[in-house]
Amino acid sequence: MNTTTKYAATALAAALGVTVLAGCGDDGSAGSGESKGPASKTVTLVSHDSFNVSDKVLKAFTKETGYKVEILKSGDAGAALNQEILTKGSPRGDVFFGVDNTLLSRALDNGLFTAYEAKGLDTVAAETQTDEKRRVTPVDTGDICVNYDKKFFADKKLAPPKTFEDLLKPAYKNLLVTENAASSSPGLGFLLGTIATQGEDGYEAYWKKLKANGVKVVDGWEQAYNEEFSGSAGGKKAKADRPLVVSYASSPPVEVLYADPQPKEAPTGVATGTCFRQTEYAGLLTGAKNEAGGKALLDFMISKTFQEDMPLNMFVNPVVKDATLPELFMKFGEKVDTPPTVAPEKISANREQWIQSWQSLVLK
Amino acid sequence: MVVPVAFFAVFFAYPVTAIVGRGLKAGGDWQFGRLGEVLARPDILDVLWFTTWQALASTALTLLIALPGAYVFARFDFPGKQLLRAVVTVPFVLPTVVVGTAFLALLGRGGLLDEAWGVRLDTTVWAILLAHVFFNYAVVVRTVGGLWSQLDPRQEEAARVLGAGRFAAFRRVTLPALAPAVAAAALMVFLFTFTSFGVVQILGGPAYATLEVEVYRQTAQLLDLPTAAVLTLVQFAAVGGILAVHAVTVRRRERALKLVDPARTSRRPRGAGQWTLLGGVLLTALLLILLPLGVLVERSFDGADGTGGYGFGYYRALQSAGSGGSSTFLVPPLEAVGNSLRYALVATLIALVVGGLAAAALTRRAGPLVRGFDALLMLPLGVSAVTVGFGFLITLDEPPLDLRTSWILVPLAQALVGVPFVVRTMLPVLRAVDDRLREAAAVLGASPLRAWREVDLPLVRRAVLVAAGFAFAVSLGEFGATVFIARPDNPTLPVAVARLLGRSGELNYGQAMALSTVLMLVCAASLLLLERIRTDRSGEF
Repeated sequence: MNTTTKYAATALAAALGVTVLAGCGDDGSAGSGESKGPASKTVTLVSHDSFNVSDKVLKAFTKETGYKVEILKSGDAGAALNQEILTKGSPRGDVFFGVDNTLLSRALDNGLFTAYEAKGLDTVAAETQTDEKRRVTPVDTGDICVNYDKKFFADKKLAPPKTFEDLLKPAYKNLLVTENAASSSPGLGFLLGTIATQGEDGYEAYWKKLKANGVKVVDGWEQAYNEEFSGSAGGKKAKADRPLVVSYASSPPVEVLYADPQPKEAPTGVATGTCFRQTEYAGLLTGAKNEAGGKALLDFMISKTFQEDMPLNMFVNPVVKDATLPELFMKFGEKVDTPPTVAPEKISANREQWIQSWQSLVLK
Repeated sequence: MVVPVAFFAVFFAYPVTAIVGRGLKAGGDWQFGRLGEVLARPDILDVLWFTTWQALASTALTLLIALPGAYVFARFDFPGKQLLRAVVTVPFVLPTVVVGTAFLALLGRGGLLDEAWGVRLDTTVWAILLAHVFFNYAVVVRTVGGLWSQLDPRQEEAARVLGAGRFAAFRRVTLPALAPAVAAAALMVFLFTFTSFGVVQILGGPAYATLEVEVYRQTAQLLDLPTAAVLTLVQFAAVGGILAVHAVTVRRRERALKLVDPARTSRRPRGAGQWTLLGGVLLTALLLILLPLGVLVERSFDGADGTGGYGFGYYRALQSAGSGGSSTFLVPPLEAVGNSLRYALVATLIALVVGGLAAAALTRRAGPLVRGFDALLMLPLGVSAVTVGFGFLITLDEPPLDLRTSWILVPLAQALVGVPFVVRTMLPVLRAVDDRLREAAAVLGASPLRAWREVDLPLVRRAVLVAAGFAFAVSLGEFGATVFIARPDNPTLPVAVARLLGRSGELNYGQAMALSTVLMLVCAASLLLLERIRTDRSGEF
């Protein structure tokens, strides 16, 4: 017993040495974790890892309403939502942002959100307001589309594909890389795009042909885009050899924004006939500690200030009709007019089965 | 004993049990029938089969490639040995997001093999196996090499004087002494590859999945908790089995061997044969370990000077919050370095207290209960991070333990992975402290405190430092559990790298590579520091 105590003391002594070190720099993280203060002054937003907002926009919200926003990010969109479902009734925050139309019914069926009609909802595009009970507020839309490497097609003097049907042509054999529909949200979006255009009876035949035409499937967007796609900055370094990739309609402007120096033209383009529209929603969490703050935040998320800040932070499109797009989007982005989509209830009823049959068709 | 037991009960056993229970309970009744149901599914059987055989193959390949390395590190002296030993350990503590990217660059298209022979190994099982060797090379070199360097070569020489051939002498004298260490290393490699996650996900493509990958998919993507629970239990049973066997081999290893100072056993290689062996091992280490790491470094400079040449542009970009008023973070990515260091320091502190107390308790007492606890401490290495992370969510949700959004949860999760390393490093050293020394001190009139200070402290101080260094490096690289823990936005290095990789654009990709290089350097520096303070009796890692 005595000796145990001694070892304990050794460990503690060593540990204390580290504490002193840790203490020097720990103020930042310790502070932000415990800075809840009076609950009414802080409103907590839970989201996925891709959520982003400018600091000055958050400050504008605080100035306007007196609420300080604390942002909690945990994992990708699917994982973040599932964590909310697990903590239902005792949520970690007040508002959840980042459930899209492919997963919306999972959230609604689990009673994750309390109904609230955000102020200014009348300025939001009507086609995005799919939930009549107002449990969720649409915040942004984004299009999942096949992107192409402009240089590759120019060098080959070949026209890039435009539609889902084009992708089956022999000229595009072994050129396309996509993501696993079971684990990646653009992968699932692309699958749903084929279901929307080819029909529930036709999509399996379509994928059989696509597979015969040499489509490659990798697990996530990062690998597909950065390692396999020859048009992206990462892909160029990796000497990637697939000039077609399933990504977003907003990827070309991003390639421009994050290049130094910025090129005059985006190195990649979008096949506008291969898109699937995603809408992302936010909602007031059931059991939120700061309901008033949460409501104010939802109002703010469809205000012009927030909506016009989003495109360059999350590379999505605003849902508010009169929000102005940044010049970069106007200049380098591709406008996708009426992309196909599938109703959330239908997705929810069939998602697992579609994914299963897609897996046995394409992966095996 | 109370502190470590309480720590593991609250931050490991309780969350894991709760999430598994949630999956197996429907309307208050346990549904054990699920077990059979899930295990009868052909896709699940495929996963089980793949998990097992790839782990066996990875272990065999790792031993084949790393054992000569263990010999060279144990017996030869050559310039740069310390540096190289630190470098080969870097992969072990690097996050898999980083390694996967580096490895793809090597084995994928345009990689070395592709350029030389047009061979591409990405999305084949070979890429997985080679990456596993890359990760676990150090486990064999450190475990087997550590012991090998302390075996007295004169025993083998004596056998040869007595007429035994070179091989017979090795087989009769050295091999039996080494066998338990080889077995222990093999079991650790098997454990790590059996529960492999990032490597399989990135390099294997969608066609291959280990149990761990499947648990992640079922939990995080599909929210199919019953299936995830069954798979967690299966993995639990397998890992428990591996650890039980490991505990037995470790005990056999701690049997008294005549150990000598490693400084006396190694010397410069002599003759063409030994030089060739040394050259071969160095070449393997170079190809297998330095090359993938080098690719990361190369890409962090490539195209960063604004005209497509090499430059420091990505590193400079790490200091700013982003161009055009937008960024992937609210703060400059370089701040992730500070976050990581702070978290890792706190995690190290927790791991040292918990692991140190556990090691002390294990030294003093014996019996099946304590031995069981020994194995229990290793379990976090074999339980999926998503299970632990999601378990935290549903258990630590009431005051005073509503830690779900607290910063302390990150170091706590990291400490779970650090504790086994602390225990395994300190245990052999503590067990070696001769009780008679303390008694002698007491007889000579020393107070218990003084006896502790004069006898115990000098003996264990270095072990504590080594344990701390390992826990620190492991915490720095921990990714799995950290990524599921929501916290006010201050990402750790691996999380920041993953977020940068999750965006298109040259600057983001370049910054991810630069940040990976920074992470690598921090890991390498802390490991190099360890090389300087190595204990005379090396631990098991």
